[in-house]
Amino acid sequence: MQGMKKLGASAFALFYSLSARADYTFNFPDPVTPMALDTLHVHNKFMLITAVIFVVVLAIMIYSIVKHRHDKGYKAVVDKPPSTTMEIFWTLIPFAILLLIDFVIMGIPAYHSVVMMEDTRDQSTMVIKITGSQWRWQYEYLDGDAQGIKFVSNLATTNDQLNNKEEKGEHYLLEVDNPLVLPVGEKVRILMTASDVLHNWWVPQFGSSRVAVPGFIRETWVQVEKAGVYRGQCKELCGKGHGYMPVVVNAVSKEEFAAWAGKKQAEQKAAGDVKELTKEELLAQGKTVYEKNCAVCHQVSGAGLPPAFPALTGSKIATGPIFGADGKYQKDSHLDRVLNGKGVMPAWKATLNDTEIAAVITYERNALGNTASVDALVQPPQVKAARE
Amino acid sequence: MSTTSVAHHDEHEEHPTGIMRWLTTTNHKDIGTMYLTFSLVMFLVGGCMILGIRAELFKPGLQLMNPEFFNQLIGVHALIMIFAALMPAATGFANWMLPLQLGAPDMALPRLNNWGFWILPPSAILLTLPFTLALFGIGDGALATGWTFYPPLSVQGGIGVDFAIFAVHLLGISSVLGSINIIVTIFNMRAPGMTLMKMPLFAWGWLITAFLLIATIPVLAGAVTMLLTDRHFGTHFFDAAGGGDPIMFQHLFWFFGHPEVYILLLPVWGFIPQILQTFSRKPMYGYKAQVYSLWSIGALSVVVWAHHFFTAGMPVPALLYFMYSTMAISLPLAVLFYCWIRTMWKGAMTFETPMLFSVGWIILFGVGGLTGLVLADVAADAQYHNSYFVVAHFHYTLFAGGIMGIMAGVYYWLPKMTGHMYNEKLGKLHFWLTAISFNVTFIPQFFVGLAGMPRRIPDYALQFAEFNMISTIGAFVLGLSQLLLVYNIISCARGGQKATDKVWEGAIGLEWTLPSPPPYHSFTEQPVVK
Repeated sequence: MQGMKKLGASAFALFYSLSARADYTFNFPDPVTPMALDTLHVHNKFMLITAVIFVVVLAIMIYSIVKHRHDKGYKAVVDKPPSTTMEIFWTLIPFAILLLIDFVIMGIPAYHSVVMMEDTRDQSTMVIKITGSQWRWQYEYLDGDAQGIKFVSNLATTNDQLNNKEEKGEHYLLEVDNPLVLPVGEKVRILMTASDVLHNWWVPQFGSSRVAVPGFIRETWVQVEKAGVYRGQCKELCGKGHGYMPVVVNAVSKEEFAAWAGKKQAEQKAAGDVKELTKEELLAQGKTVYEKNCAVCHQVSGAGLPPAFPALTGSKIATGPIFGADGKYQKDSHLDRVLNGKGVMPAWKATLNDTEIAAVITYERNALGNTASVDALVQPPQVKAARE
Repeated sequence: MSTTSVAHHDEHEEHPTGIMRWLTTTNHKDIGTMYLTFSLVMFLVGGCMILGIRAELFKPGLQLMNPEFFNQLIGVHALIMIFAALMPAATGFANWMLPLQLGAPDMALPRLNNWGFWILPPSAILLTLPFTLALFGIGDGALATGWTFYPPLSVQGGIGVDFAIFAVHLLGISSVLGSINIIVTIFNMRAPGMTLMKMPLFAWGWLITAFLLIATIPVLAGAVTMLLTDRHFGTHFFDAAGGGDPIMFQHLFWFFGHPEVYILLLPVWGFIPQILQTFSRKPMYGYKAQVYSLWSIGALSVVVWAHHFFTAGMPVPALLYFMYSTMAISLPLAVLFYCWIRTMWKGAMTFETPMLFSVGWIILFGVGGLTGLVLADVAADAQYHNSYFVVAHFHYTLFAGGIMGIMAGVYYWLPKMTGHMYNEKLGKLHFWLTAISFNVTFIPQFFVGLAGMPRRIPDYALQFAEFNMISTIGAFVLGLSQLLLVYNIISCARGGQKATDKVWEGAIGLEWTLPSPPPYHSFTEQPVVK
C-alpha cells in the first residue's frame, strides 16, 4: 500500500514536471563550437530524412493492413517479377534514391565534417593535455599565457547527495572542484591520454568526444564560441567511478583567461615551494587530499573495500617504516606505493605535488585509526628528494 | 511377439525416459526443445538483471546497489541475452525446423548436436557463478567491464573476467558445433529435387549465419585468450607499456562483434518472410532478391567492424572507409524491407499472433535500422557514441529485431511442435503489451542519449530524471508481460485444441505436410520436391 502511494506520488510528480518544463530537451543541447553546430545540422538532416522514409513506408503498410484483409474478402493477387522496362525502372528508383541519400546527401557533408573534425592543427592557438585517470581528469596547459599550469579536476558533489541523505543540488554529478578554463574564440588543440584504463572526455555542447588511451596520445580540438560553463561526463566505462568523473569547462573572454592564468601560475609557484610544515598543517591538508582522491576506494574511514581495495586502518604499509638506514625510501613502503602505485593502485607522482603527497601520507599514518611508530611524519622536502 | 517387434521397428529403438532421455537424446526435436527452453529460462534471468538496473535508475541517487554491482549486471545481462537467450533460440528453431523444412529425418550430426547443447548450461553457470561466489567472500563478483571486455579495465578486473572468458569459450564452441551441423545438414540432407534456390529462406538465413559464426567466433576466442594471458601470464598484447595496444582488442572484438549482430538477425530474416507469406496467403515476394541480399549483408558485415569505435581515434581514410561501407549495408537491407512489405501488399491478410509480431517487428526493426544509418556518420557518431541513443538503437535491432522476431516464430511453430493451439487471445494481449511497453522503455532513451546521458552509469544528473522514470516503468511492464508468453507456452505444451497438420490456412512448406506434432524421425521417407 505504501509502495502504491509512493508510485502514485512519483507518477504525479512526473507528469507535473513534464508539463512544467515546456523547454524539455528532445535533441542535442545548444551547440557552442563549430563542430557541435555541424553535428547538430547533420543530425537534424538525418533525422528528417529517416523520419520521412519511416512515415512513408509506415503509411504504405497501414494502407495495406487496412485494405488487404482476408476478413473483408480481399483475394490475394499473384505477384509477378518486374518485366517491362517501366516496371524495372520503378523498382530501381527506390534503390537510386537510397544511393543518393547514402552517398551524396549524407555522404558528402559527412566527408567535410570528418576532415574538419580531424584537423586539430590548422590555426590552433594553444595546446592542452588532458589525462584521464580513475576517476578524475587532469589538465595541463602546454603553451601560451597559461603554460605550465597543471591541476586535477574532481567530482564536487558530496557523498550525502549521492546517498540521498541531502537534497541534490542543481548540478548534481556534473560539478567539479577545478574546472578547465578556456578562452572564447580560440581553437584549442587537445592532446588526450590516460594513466590507467580507457576514458572518454565528452562535453555534449562541444560535439567532440575522444577516447583517452593509456600509453597513446589522441588528438581533438575545441573552439568555444560563447562564454559560459559547460558540463559533460566520461563516456567510456572505466570502473566503479565511471559515473563520477564529470567534465566542467569554464569558457571566458581572452582577458579574463589571461588574468586567471596569471593568478593560477603564481599560486602554483607558491605551492611548488617545498618547505617543512607542522603536523597540524600536514594533517589538515592531508585530510582534504585524502577525501578527494583516496576515499573513493579506501573509504573515508580507511576501512577500504576488500578484497579489491585494502583497508588502510591497521595496514602494514601505512604503519611500517618508510625510510631505510641510508635515508632513501624503501621498496613497497608507504611512500613508494603512493608515488609509484602497484596494480589497481594508481601512481600519484604525476597528479599530486610534493606537499600534497607528504600531507596525505602523514594523514594516513596518524589518522584513520593508525598511529605509526616509525616515520610518523613525512615532510614535503623528503618527497621532493624521493622523486629525484 | 512378432507384432510388438514390428511396432518397435517403426520407431527404430527404445528411448530412455526421464532425465536420461534429455541427457542422451540425439533427436533433433528433443534437442531443439532443450535449446528453446534454455533460451526462455536465460531470457528471464537476463531480464531480471536488467530490471534490477532499471529499478536503480528509476530516480537519481544510489538506492539499491553499489556501482560495482551495477557494472556487473549490465555486462552479464548483455552476455546472457546475446549468447544464452537469442543465439540458442535461433539454434533451437534450426534444430526443430530445418529437418522438417528440408524433408530430412534428423540433423546430419546427431551426437555433435547433443554435445553442442549440453555445453550451454555449464557455460551459463560459469558466467553467473561469480555472483554467488562473492556472497561467500570469494572474489569480487562477476565481469564488471560491460560485455565488450575492453582492456585495460578487463585486465584490472577480478575473477569475474576469467569466468566470463571461459564461459565465452564454451559458448563459442557450442555455436561452432551447431553451425557445422547446420551446414552439413543443409548441404547433404535436402529432399530430392530441392535445389539450393528452392530451399526455404530460413535455411538460407541459417546457412549464412553458420558461415559467419565459423569465421568470427575463433577471432573472439583468440582475443579473449590474449586477454587471459595478459591478465595472468605477463604478455602485453593490450598494454602500451610492453608494446601492445588496448585498441587492438577493440578491432579483434568487433571483427566478431559486428557480424554477431547479423548472426542474431539472419535466422529471423529467414523465417519472418515465411510467416508473412502464410498470413498474406501468397508466396513471398522476391525470394531470389532476398537470398542475394542476405548474402550481401553477410559479406558486408565482416568489413565494417570499426564503426563501433569511431571515437577511439583512427586515420581519416579509415574513418571514411568504415562510414561509407556501413552506409552500404542499407542497400541490401532496403531490398529486404521492400520484399517483406511487397509480400504483404495485396495479400489476403489475417492477423493472428505470429503475424502481429511480424508486422510489429518490421516497423520497430525499421526504427533500429534507420537509427543505425544515422550512427554511421562519423561526425554525428561523436555525439551518439556510448550515449543512451546507442542503447536505444541496439535494443530496437536486438530486442525488436531479434527477440520479437523469435516470438513470432514461437507462436507460428508452437502448434506444429506441441500439436495444440495456443491461446490466441493471450497471444495478442502479449503482443500489444510487449510492443507498447517496449516503446515506452526505449523512446525516452533516445532523448536522454541526445541530451547527453552516457550509458553504463549507475547514477545520473537531474535533467535526465523524468525520462529515466518513464523508461523504468516501461521496462517493468515489458518484463511482466513476458510471463504471459511463459504461461501460453506451458499451457499449450500441456494440452488444448488439437492442431491440424497444416495449422495455418496459408502455410507453405514441407513442415506442414507432417502431422502436428511430427513423428519421432520426422521424414522416414524423403518427400520429392518438384
